[in-house]
Amino acid sequence: MSEAPVLRVENFSKQFTLHEQGKRIPSSHNVSLSVYSGQLTALIGPTGAGKTTVLKGIYRTYLPGSGRILYRTQAGHEIDLAQADEHRMLALRRMEIGYVTQFLHALPRQATEDVVAQPLLHKGISKTDAQYQAREMLAAMNLPQRLWGISPSTFSGGEKQRVNLARGLVSRPRLLLLDEPTASLDQYTMERVIRLIEKLKTEGVAMLAIFHQKELVDRVANNVVTLEPPPAEEYALEETA
Amino acid sequence: MDKVLEVAKLSKVYGQGCPSCYELTGPQHNTNLCFRCGSIVAAHDVSFDLYKGEILGIMGESGSGKSTAVKCLYFDEPPTAGQATFFDDDKRYDLFALNAAQQRRLANHRFGMVYQNPHLGLNFDISAGGNIAERLLMSDMDNYARIRHQATRLLSRTEVLPERMDELPKTFSGGMQQRVQIAKALSTNPPLLFLDEVSTGLDLSVQAAILDLILEIQQEMGTAMIVVTHDLGVIRLLTGRTLVMKYGRVIESGLTDQILEDPQHAYTQRLVASAL
Ligand SMILES: Nc1ncnc2c1ncn2[C@@H]1O[C@H](COP(=O)(O)OP(=O)(O)OP(=O)(O)O)[C@@H](O)[C@H]1O
Ligand SMILES: Nc1ncnc2c1ncn2[C@@H]1O[C@H](COP(=O)(O)OP(=O)(O)OP(=O)(O)O)[C@@H](O)[C@H]1O
Ligand SMILES: [Mg+2]
Ligand SMILES: [Mg+2]
Ligand SMILES: [Zn+2]
Repeated sequence: MSEAPVLRVENFSKQFTLHEQGKRIPSSHNVSLSVYSGQLTALIGPTGAGKTTVLKGIYRTYLPGSGRILYRTQAGHEIDLAQADEHRMLALRRMEIGYVTQFLHALPRQATEDVVAQPLLHKGISKTDAQYQAREMLAAMNLPQRLWGISPSTFSGGEKQRVNLARGLVSRPRLLLLDEPTASLDQYTMERVIRLIEKLKTEGVAMLAIFHQKELVDRVANNVVTLEPPPAEEYALEETA
Repeated sequence: MDKVLEVAKLSKVYGQGCPSCYELTGPQHNTNLCFRCGSIVAAHDVSFDLYKGEILGIMGESGSGKSTAVKCLYFDEPPTAGQATFFDDDKRYDLFALNAAQQRRLANHRFGMVYQNPHLGLNFDISAGGNIAERLLMSDMDNYARIRHQATRLLSRTEVLPERMDELPKTFSGGMQQRVQIAKALSTNPPLLFLDEVSTGLDLSVQAAILDLILEIQQEMGTAMIVVTHDLGVIRLLTGRTLVMKYGRVIESGLTDQILEDPQHAYTQRLVASAL
């Protein structure tokens, strides 16, 4: 592990201020971790420990509180994602950093294969190639072909999750963030996903993943980071302001 | 990535104004009305940039200054203060320093505008096709057959039946009038498009189809767009970055998913919570 990490998070903390309720809600607390090319770092810990918050902080869906999120770009520059300019962040999302959220967010009415092809189009890949790769990925995810042409909005939890994964994996990002990617999958599909994760590793993808099943962590994680619950319960704004 | 537009400290005051206007208005005063002189500070200190192919959202409650900001940029209203620079290939234009003829030329050639009210964007006395032809004529296309061909192409692209192109806009439904407006705005292939509440007031399914069309166009042509709306669903669907306005001021801006999932300002938190 002499190679420099693709992502290095140092003392990341985040709390939410809810003005209307006059509350502060502590979330991730002093999280440090590293993610390496071709390896998977697993993020585990009890519910509410701030695991999802770490991923969303890296992706900048949440505004980071304190700490540094050092990302080494394709071009070899190290940038602090906590400070990165919005356009820079959008470009990284398009070209380098992928995120498979816990639940599928897709445009209504969009056909499944278009949902999956979307990240490729954003990357500038031609429509024909994008469609081909999207179908290949859906097949790899074992999603019945009769579903490819319709919108995933009415799919079952497991079907949606497969679409979600297919979309996240299809563009082969350098850094992939995964939030419980196998939570609603049957054993057979889960095995396929694990094989895909192994394949991505051989391709050099760096992965940071939240898992609940210990068995899974044992099988695919190279590094494990355990989050402790935040130190205090939520507290009123007045006490801290 | 190339910058298309840079707006710095744009302000617009309706009324004669006084030295205290800016001090006495804004979110912290809960008003845009200067009580000393009675002027309305519709927008103040609005700054942002826009890149090629990007869709920027402007959201906020009614009266917050969203339309005012784009009206100034499209030269519908002169600003009171501020600067805007438009970058067009290797040329750059200091928008508010141009004379009226130069401004009209840019608006006709390089910008497009779609208004909430189709009466503002379309001439209701001439046909749908005529509306597009009018804009093409203003932008120096003068071959009748070419103009007609281009109008037909655009109307089919925006899914208005070409066989209806000789009908007057008033015989069209609201959704179709918006499509004609979009076709007209796109006719000169502008790199910059302003959309002010394009889908507001339309049936949900019509709304959805218009939004789909906008996304398709953005992907096909790489048009940079500013989308003004109070509908958070539209913001989520279309935009990558968002400005939140209140009483003429930008109170918060950021990546759209961050504005919606981790809003920082009390006002934005309330807007987002009430839209759930
Ligand atoms: N957008 C938000 N606004 C306010 N509070 C939030 C927000 N997102 C998360 N939180 C709070 O932060 C804390 C950590 O949440 P997070 O979702 O990161 O936990 P987690 O470790 O992923 O839990 P789980 O295992 O249940 O998914 C919780 O108290 C949660 O309520
Ligand atoms: N021509 C005008 N003369 C005087 N006041 C005006 C004029 N145009 C707009 N205003 C005022 O400027 C403020 C901002 O108006 P604007 O139309 O920009 O709001 P908006 O955010 O687009 O609202 P909406 O969501 O209702 O369209 C409002 O208080 C409005 O009454
Ligand atoms: Mg979680
Ligand atoms: Mg308006
Ligand atoms: Zn005044």
